[in-house]
Amino acid sequence: MIVADRKSLEEILEMVADCKKILIVGCKGCVTVCNVGGIKEVEILSSSLEIARKKAGNDIEIEMKTLERQCDNEYIEQLSETVNDYDAVVSMACGVGPQFLSEMYRDQKFFPALNTTFFGGATEHGVWEERCAGCGTCIIHKYDGLCPIARCAKSLLHGPCGGSSNSVCEISKDTECVWDLIVRKKMEQGRLEDLFIVNDFKDWRSARDGGPRRSIREELVQGNI
Amino acid sequence: MRLSYPADVKIIQVPCTGRVDIIHLLNAIKDGADGVYVAGCLEGECHYISGNLKARKKVEYVKKTLEEIGIEPERVAMYNLSSAQGARFAEIASEMVEIVRKLGPTPVINSAA
Repeated sequence: MIVADRKSLEEILEMVADCKKILIVGCKGCVTVCNVGGIKEVEILSSSLEIARKKAGNDIEIEMKTLERQCDNEYIEQLSETVNDYDAVVSMACGVGPQFLSEMYRDQKFFPALNTTFFGGATEHGVWEERCAGCGTCIIHKYDGLCPIARCAKSLLHGPCGGSSNSVCEISKDTECVWDLIVRKKMEQGRLEDLFIVNDFKDWRSARDGGPRRSIREELVQGNI
Repeated sequence: MRLSYPADVKIIQVPCTGRVDIIHLLNAIKDGADGVYVAGCLEGECHYISGNLKARKKVEYVKKTLEEIGIEPERVAMYNLSSAQGARFAEIASEMVEIVRKLGPTPVINSAA
């Protein structure tokens, strides 16, 4: 899923400093799963902002709505009748949400309440780690299901580098060396010789290096499925 | 026992402090409470295993949020006592009321109220 962190209250308060009435829109997708932008978090942000503004003697009226997703126009459309009733709209979705909202409702201001961080999963309750870099050409089968693009600081296709020490990457003691994991797994499976294979250069055009990306599924576009 | 405790305290009963959520504590402050505290069972004695431990973490979260806003985090607190400690209950109520009284009225002003 897409993982995000909430911006500080200070930053969000600054964004809505001139507003008297706002809407906070949550998303029931990834950000609900990573406990940062669902119904509950929308309520907490709303209450916190109201407390801060009441303390400042500058009340703010806040309404809340949590959409199924903010990355599909059919759900964004649900705001059409009310979206212009507010001075601004704060989106608690990943970076996609406020953009879809901005594109559909051109007269309204949209603020992001989250910092979108990475594609990953929860390794324990409250801890999320990056697992995918969305490079557009998956090669993890060559590395026994472990991704050196997302998880190696240098995205090495042939590793580890000299910065790997006791299974830890030199960039931080909290970052495990994925190449150490890859080598260990190959050894466990008796397939260490796989790593003697020299891989071709990676074609980065399918990643961000090729500019903004687009995915077209012809059968869906034609409405056959 | 006929113990008395300050009339300033309004009690909201819940089946377990695990039922108390961050939003309940925040909304109490938002709606003008000078302070709010959670009185849970003794640690290790929760009938539902960890309700009181979770409540403590939620109280900590709310304290941090209030700090971020510039409100004294002492206005929110967690206490642990058993249902057999009536005297302690009255003592805690007085203690909390005393803490809040020293802090003064809430800076959260409800103009509509």
